[in-house]
Amino acid sequence: MTPRLGSTPLPRLLHPAAWWAWGVGLAVAASQTTNPLLLALVVAVAAWVVLERREVGATNPLVPFLLVGLFAIGLRVVMVGLLGGGVTGRVVLFRLPEVPLPAWTSGVRIGGAVTLEGLLAALYEGLRLAAILACLGAVNALASPRRLLRYVPATLYEVGTAVVVALTFAPQMVDDAARVRAARRLRGHTGRGLREIGRLAVPVLVGGLERSLDLAASMEARGYGRVVRRSAASTRFAAGLTLVGLLGVVVGLYGLLDATSPAVLGLPMLVVGVLCAGAALVVGARRDPRTRYRRDPWAGPEWLVSLSGLVPAVVLTAGAVLSWPGLVPHQVPAGLPPVPLGMVAAIAVAALPAVAAPVPPLLARSREAAA
Amino acid sequence: MISFDAVGVSYADTSDDRDASGHGAPGGSAGGAGTTETTDTTVFSGATFRVPEGELVLVVGPTGSGKSTLLRCINGLVPHFSGGTLHGTVTVAGRDTRTHRPRDLADLVGFVVQDPLSSFVTDTVEEEIAYGMEALGVDATSMRRRVEETLDLLGLADVRGRPLRDLSGGQQQRVAIGAVLAAGPRILVLDEPTSALDPVAAEDVLATLHRLVHDLGITVVVAEHRLERVIHHADHVVLIGDGRVSGLLDPADAMVTSPIYPPIIGLGRALRWSPLPLSIRDARRRASEVRESLALLPAPSPTPARPAALDGELPEGLDGAAVARVDGLSVRRGSVVALRSVSVAVAPGEVVAVMGRNGAGKSTLLSALVGQLRPSAGTVRLGPLDPSGARPAEVVRRAGMVPQDPSLILYAESVAGECTAADRDFGLPRGTTAGVLRRIVPDVDAEQHPRDLSEGQRVSLALAVILASEPDVVLLDEPTRGLDYAAKRRLVALLQQLAATGHAVVLATHDVELAAEVATRVVVLAEGEVVADGSAASVLPGSPAFAPQVSKILHPLHFLTVDQVVAATGAAS
Repeated sequence: MTPRLGSTPLPRLLHPAAWWAWGVGLAVAASQTTNPLLLALVVAVAAWVVLERREVGATNPLVPFLLVGLFAIGLRVVMVGLLGGGVTGRVVLFRLPEVPLPAWTSGVRIGGAVTLEGLLAALYEGLRLAAILACLGAVNALASPRRLLRYVPATLYEVGTAVVVALTFAPQMVDDAARVRAARRLRGHTGRGLREIGRLAVPVLVGGLERSLDLAASMEARGYGRVVRRSAASTRFAAGLTLVGLLGVVVGLYGLLDATSPAVLGLPMLVVGVLCAGAALVVGARRDPRTRYRRDPWAGPEWLVSLSGLVPAVVLTAGAVLSWPGLVPHQVPAGLPPVPLGMVAAIAVAALPAVAAPVPPLLARSREAAA
Repeated sequence: MISFDAVGVSYADTSDDRDASGHGAPGGSAGGAGTTETTDTTVFSGATFRVPEGELVLVVGPTGSGKSTLLRCINGLVPHFSGGTLHGTVTVAGRDTRTHRPRDLADLVGFVVQDPLSSFVTDTVEEEIAYGMEALGVDATSMRRRVEETLDLLGLADVRGRPLRDLSGGQQQRVAIGAVLAAGPRILVLDEPTSALDPVAAEDVLATLHRLVHDLGITVVVAEHRLERVIHHADHVVLIGDGRVSGLLDPADAMVTSPIYPPIIGLGRALRWSPLPLSIRDARRRASEVRESLALLPAPSPTPARPAALDGELPEGLDGAAVARVDGLSVRRGSVVALRSVSVAVAPGEVVAVMGRNGAGKSTLLSALVGQLRPSAGTVRLGPLDPSGARPAEVVRRAGMVPQDPSLILYAESVAGECTAADRDFGLPRGTTAGVLRRIVPDVDAEQHPRDLSEGQRVSLALAVILASEPDVVLLDEPTRGLDYAAKRRLVALLQQLAATGHAVVLATHDVELAAEVATRVVVLAEGEVVADGSAASVLPGSPAFAPQVSKILHPLHFLTVDQVVAATGAAS
C-alpha cells in the first residue's frame, strides 16, 4: 500500500481517523490565531481539500457549516456594535443612542460609540469560530462520523452501536413526523400550532417504539451480545480505563487550547489520557470475540494526511506559546494584519492531501469518465 | 430440523402483554381475544409437527391467528424476547429453545422480520450483511468471502455500497434475507416477506427463496397472506386458526379445507377439480375444457357497480361529471420527478385502481389529490376546489384518504374515543362515525386501543373515520396490506357499495386480485407517467405482472374473477 515515489496512490477510501486527525489539527491551528489572513487561508485549504477528495454521493456538510460560521460572524459583530466589546478603539464610526445604566454596571453598556477597532476585533473573533466550523464541516464531508464510529474501541462497542442506531433512527423519526403531519390534513387539520404538535407526538413516538422493538428482535435474532467471554470485572475495568482515558484527553486538549488554564492541565494530562485510553483498548480488545468487517488499512497515505494536519497545529500552538508576531495581530490602532510567512507555510502543508491523498474510488471513476 | 412437540403459547392478562409479540401476531379475533375475566390468553396450543431439512413450509392462517407467534417460537423470540408462556418443547437441530436464547440460535436460524427497514442496524448494504457475522465472531477473511458470496447469491453486487434507505422495497427485502443468510444458518424464517412488494419484486424475492431451498438445501418457513404468490413454491403447509395448529400437510390437501385460499384454489374448488392445481401451469392444463365451453359464451360483463352512463372510456366524455381530475400534473420530490404530466379524471361511481411498481408515483398521485403535495405543474381539482391551496377542513368534505399505514390518522386511546374525535373534527352530529363503523365491522370492541386491533379492523376504523363526512372521492393507499382473504372480501363489498351510492373510489394497490375484483378502471403508472388507462378487463389481462390468476388460467378469454367464471358456467350448465 505504500505509494511509490512519483506515482499517485491507488484510488481508495482513506481511514476515517486520518481525516479526523487532519481536520482536528487544522481546527486547533485555527483556534490559535485571530489573524484574518491565516484564518481565510485555513478555510480555503479546507474547502480545496473537500473539492478534491470528497467521495461522489457523500453528503457535503461543509456548506451548512460555512453558513453557520457566517452567521456567527454577523452575530458577533452586531452584538459588539450594540453592547461594546473589550476593545476600546479611537476611530469612532458612528454613535448609537446610549441607554443610561446605573453606575454599578460599569463596563456594560447598551448603545453608544461604535469603533472601527471594536468591530474589527469582533470580526476576527467571529472569523476564528467560522474557520474552526469550516474544518469540522470539511472533515464531515471527507469521512462521515458513521465511518469513524466503526472504529470505536471494542470496550465501547455497545455505546458505539447505540449511537449508530440513534443516527439511523433520527432521520426516520423526522420522516415519520412529516408523514404524521401530512396525515393530519386528512382529518381536516393543518398540523400547525402547539396543540397539534402534542397530537403528532404520540403517533410518532409510538411508531418509533414499535420500530425499536422490531430492531431489537432482529438484533437479538442475529446474535447481538451473544458471546461474552469477558468477566464482568474485566469489562468494568476496561470500560473505566477507557472513560478515564477519554476524560484525560478531553481535559488535556482543553488545557492545551485554553491559554488561561494551568500548564499541568495541558500536555501532561493529554499524555496520561492517551496512555489510559490505549491501555483500555488493549485490555478490552484482548478477549473480545467479535470480529470486524473490512477494516480500512492504516498505511502511508494515512500517515501523510494525519501528519499534514498536525503540522499547522503544532506550529501555531508553538507560536501561541512563544507569542510569535503576526499570530494575534494588534487591534489598536487598526491596521492591515501582517503576513507571517512561516505560519502561512505551515497551514499550506495541510493542503497536501488535496493532491497527495488517494482519490476516493467513485470520484476516480467519474473523473476518468469525464477525461 | 425443526420439531414442535405439543407446543402452545399463552400470555397472562389482556391486550397489553400480547402486544409485545409483534405486529398482528395475536391481537385479533382468534385465540380468545376479548375475554376480560380469564387471566390467560392462549394464542395457539397443541402444535406438533416436524419439519425435515430442505423444505419450504408455508404457514397459513387468518389475520391475528398467531402466525407471527408461531414463527417466533422457532428461534426462541417467543418466549425469551416477547414474554408469555411456552408450553411443550421446540427443538431446532437438537437445541431446545427453552434453554437457548435467540442469540444462541443465531448461527442456526435466520429470522427476517416483516418490515426490513426497521431491522437494519447499519446503513449500507455491505455492512448490514457483515453485521451478523461480526456479532458471531467470524474471522475477517471468511467474513469477506461470505459477504461476496451472499452479494452474488442475492443479486445485490450492484448496490453493495448504497445506503439501505435508497433501495427499492424488493432490494431491501433481499438485503434483509442476505443479512441473516451470510451468517450461514440452516433455517430461514420469514414473516410476510412479500406483503409490501409489487408483484415483480415479490417474484424476485420468492425466486431467491426457491433457489436457497433447492440449491443450498436450506429449510425455509414462511408466513404470507398473499397465497397466490407463494403456494406453488411450498413443499408443505401448516394451517393455523382458532387457536389450533395442523401438522405438516400437503399443499393441495391443505387447500381443500383451508379457510384462506387464493383465487386459483377458489376456481379449482368451484369447478370441483381434484387434486387442486397450485400453479398456473397445472391449472391451465386442467382448464382446457372449461376454456372451450366458456369461449362459446359472450364475454363477461365488467364489474357490476359501474353505472351505464359512464361507460365511455374517454376522459372528455366525463368532463361535467368528474369529481376529481388532474390535468398535466407534475410533482417533484427533491431531485426526483415523481409524476410527469399525468391527466386523469374520476367520475362518481367509478372505482379506479392505480397500479405500478414501488416508486412509480401511485402514492404521490393520491397525496396530490388530497392536497398534501403541491404540484410543480398542472392542476388538481376536486370539483371546483384546488386542494393544495384550500383549507384541510374544506378538502376533507370532498376527498378523504386512508393512508398506507392507517394508524397515521388514528390518535385516540380507544375506538370509541376515535369515533367521537372524528365527529368533532368533521363537525358531525355525535355518533355518526360510530354508526359508519358498525356498518363496516359490527363486532369491534369500542374500548380497545386502535393499535391493538387486527390489521383489517384498523383499516376499517380508518375508513369509517374518513367515510363519516361522506366525501365525494374516497382514496385508499394499499388497503389490503396485511388483510386476509375474508377481510379483503368485506372490503371489496364495502367499496362496491360506496361506488353504487355515487362515491368515486381511487385505490393505489399492488394487489392484482383486488383490482380484478373491484376496479371498474385501471390506471397503470410507470416512472411517473400514465402508461395504461382503461377498463380492468382491457388493461389487466394483457400484462404479465398485473394479470390476475383467473385471467392467466383462462387466457385468452377475458375473465378476471372466480365469481365471473361461476356466473358464466352456471349459466352454461
